[in-house]
Amino acid sequence: MTYDLVPHIPALRFGRPYESLDVGEVKDCRSGRTLARLSLANGGLVRRDLLFKQDAAFEALQRLPVAALLEACAKAGELFMRAELPLGAGHVQSPERYVETLSATSGLPHNMCRANMEKIHHVLTKMPTILKGLTRGMDLSVLDRGVGEQSGVPVCYVPMGKSLGVVLPSNSPGVNSLWLPAVALKIPVVLKPGREEPWTPWRLVQALVAAGLPAEAFGFFPCDHDGADAILRFCGRGMVFGDEKTVAKYAANPGIQPHGPGYSKILIGLDEIENWRAHLDVLVQSILANGGRSCVNASAVLVPKHGRAIAEALAERLGPVAPRPPADPEARLSAFANPAFAEYIDGAIEDGLRVKGAEDLAARFRGGPRKALFEGSTYLRPTVVWCDSFEHPLANREFLFPYASVLEVPQEQAVRALGPSLVVSAITRDEGFMRELLLASHIDRLNLGPVPTVSVSWDQPHEGNLFEFLYHRRAIQRVGA
Amino acid sequence: MPAVKTRDSAAQAAAERLEAHLREIVRWHFAPETGCPFWLEWAKASGFDPREIRAVADLAKFPHFQDEWLREYPPERWVPRAYRDRPYSVFETGGTTGMPKQRVSWEDHKLDYSEFSKTLDDAHFPRGAAWLMVGPTGPRRLRLAIEHLANVRGGPCFFVDLDPRWVVKLLGKGDAETANKYKDHVIEQAVTILKHRQIGCLFTTPKLLEALGERIDVVRAGIKGVFCGGTSMTPQMVRFLTEEVLQNQAQFVPTYGNTLMGLACSRPLEPEDRWSATYYAPQPRAVLRVVDPKDTLRNVDYGQFGRVELTTLTKELFMPRFLERDEAVRRAPCDLYPWDGVGDVRPFGALEKKVVEGVY
Repeated sequence: MTYDLVPHIPALRFGRPYESLDVGEVKDCRSGRTLARLSLANGGLVRRDLLFKQDAAFEALQRLPVAALLEACAKAGELFMRAELPLGAGHVQSPERYVETLSATSGLPHNMCRANMEKIHHVLTKMPTILKGLTRGMDLSVLDRGVGEQSGVPVCYVPMGKSLGVVLPSNSPGVNSLWLPAVALKIPVVLKPGREEPWTPWRLVQALVAAGLPAEAFGFFPCDHDGADAILRFCGRGMVFGDEKTVAKYAANPGIQPHGPGYSKILIGLDEIENWRAHLDVLVQSILANGGRSCVNASAVLVPKHGRAIAEALAERLGPVAPRPPADPEARLSAFANPAFAEYIDGAIEDGLRVKGAEDLAARFRGGPRKALFEGSTYLRPTVVWCDSFEHPLANREFLFPYASVLEVPQEQAVRALGPSLVVSAITRDEGFMRELLLASHIDRLNLGPVPTVSVSWDQPHEGNLFEFLYHRRAIQRVGA
Repeated sequence: MPAVKTRDSAAQAAAERLEAHLREIVRWHFAPETGCPFWLEWAKASGFDPREIRAVADLAKFPHFQDEWLREYPPERWVPRAYRDRPYSVFETGGTTGMPKQRVSWEDHKLDYSEFSKTLDDAHFPRGAAWLMVGPTGPRRLRLAIEHLANVRGGPCFFVDLDPRWVVKLLGKGDAETANKYKDHVIEQAVTILKHRQIGCLFTTPKLLEALGERIDVVRAGIKGVFCGGTSMTPQMVRFLTEEVLQNQAQFVPTYGNTLMGLACSRPLEPEDRWSATYYAPQPRAVLRVVDPKDTLRNVDYGQFGRVELTTLTKELFMPRFLERDEAVRRAPCDLYPWDGVGDVRPFGALEKKVVEGVY
């Protein structure tokens, strides 16, 4: 394969491709070779487009019936999965090439790229199920008419913004599934791709346009902080992925949905604890799936007893997991596109281990250091930290690799101890315990029973209901209609 | 090739003119009857009589001018003896906080801007048109300079002030929100003037022009030409302002300059420039070099980045070998300006560290 002609991915200005003079490079994280050049939009350009083109983008989608949008989404799902799609002027990208380049620049092994691809395909092709979940079964033609009826009650929904701005991360292509329903809900999207991952949002826009959706409904702006800030300030609704600082910055803004660390957890009830060995697979999958890079990966396991034994058993399963070549179907770990980041994480864990009361039990099963070099890439190998208290600095941490703490917390204290958690899988049948969990507002997604934290039910919302974020139900009374 | 010959001989003539001017200025600043206390004392302490110097290369005998001196010493020390009976203006530099750098001045800004006026195209900067300046006024040379420019071209000038020191302070604290509100406040005032008065020409900074364009159609508001300066501009920014904010209709004239230098004009952009402006110092009154930051006696090669070094040579100010806080690419002379130019100007060390530049 030759890369003589590196593709140039332009910005998409609501239907108009634009090659900027400011160009970024997306590089193979192993060889350092440039795999694409990326047009970087200046902040002023983004603001100008949002000020002057957003209305037309909104009109372009609002005039299409939801039924047509759902059909286009399904078609786009197939195209995303199987078609050659444009990649800047003069280049096309096959699905295989998409997997290869995504893997080369993000460090994700091919099998995980494919798994994410399938997840996205699923979202696009099962969009009716997703919208049914988000709207609780509302007849979607209500959105075409603005008014209608649901369960015998008149309903009227008004869009809260003329577009959804999304500031994407680079950690996992799967996050793109979060904004996709907006398109089916008639709301244009304005995407700022992550520095290392323009591939997925770009390919999705190409697929949606090839499926017949109007190009003017899509903004794609690789840009710096100024541009990202413009997207969040000028789109009616915004979604941003980042760290705790990002979340704190936007927490008070009802128009912006910040997605930060998940701090997802697994609880085992007193009633099931003697049975813990039977649930080990669920624990391992929750920690290891997708290379531990998602906010839905479990980062802590809270149990009422047998903590040390459970931690040992997890360490024995996870410790030996080692880097493999990206194309190996058995590859379970993702390389770090930026080795400095692995360095930082490794350092933070080592610092934590120096505080009394924690032990990395996976160390002895790894047969080597946590930070590993393999075929020119940096990896972090799975780490299971046994902590003697929830106060320990490593007890409630989330890192971009398979990492979990295991600790003993009495069941009556467990729900309070959790703290804000995106996903909690509670392995219990205890009615009282379940009731307590059901009433806990700091848990966003709740799985009752041995369900891996990473498992997704498509008719359920994720981190806030996107439909309710985009549309507001207003009171409506009509006379003489 | 006669064209090259012409350019060579023009360069030769410019170099000769510069050396003659250099000798005259150095004689002026170091003669007891005309020079200023600062330089006369310096010459006494250094044991060398700068009046011996003949060529630009001899400037190496001076150390790099330290702008701290302009903070430290009171204005009187910089007043040439020949001007001691003439009241002077004190001009301060842009966005620095704390004790500002100050220079004394009488006529330099008028001379510089009268010269600059000759480079403007009457079709885009019509004679007699009113100007609007949106930018730092206050104790700055720029405010009087722009008014002089408007007056020289036969028109009046309106002003909307922006205090860059406040913006630098806000951004330094990470308070982008208040900085944005302040920018909105400035832009609102500019929009009001543009709506109620007939304005033909504009001076502002790139970011303020961008912000103005978000609030009003600058071209439909009657603006035919925009002269921009104050901060560095990337080629993409020049292109964006020209193509989109000014819709290829009003003319965009980027410049590079400051209180200590005067104004470096850009030569008109050609398609092969890829929107990268090249600025030429107002030689012989100021000389720009692009030097190797590790060996400032050495110019970098054409096309290479280096630190910008400024020498100002006027009767009001002698400022040898001042290292600007900018880096730039050294560019070749052109027909219009047969001496070295600077391009792709950006804050010195921009690639290594983040520099607070803000809206100014």
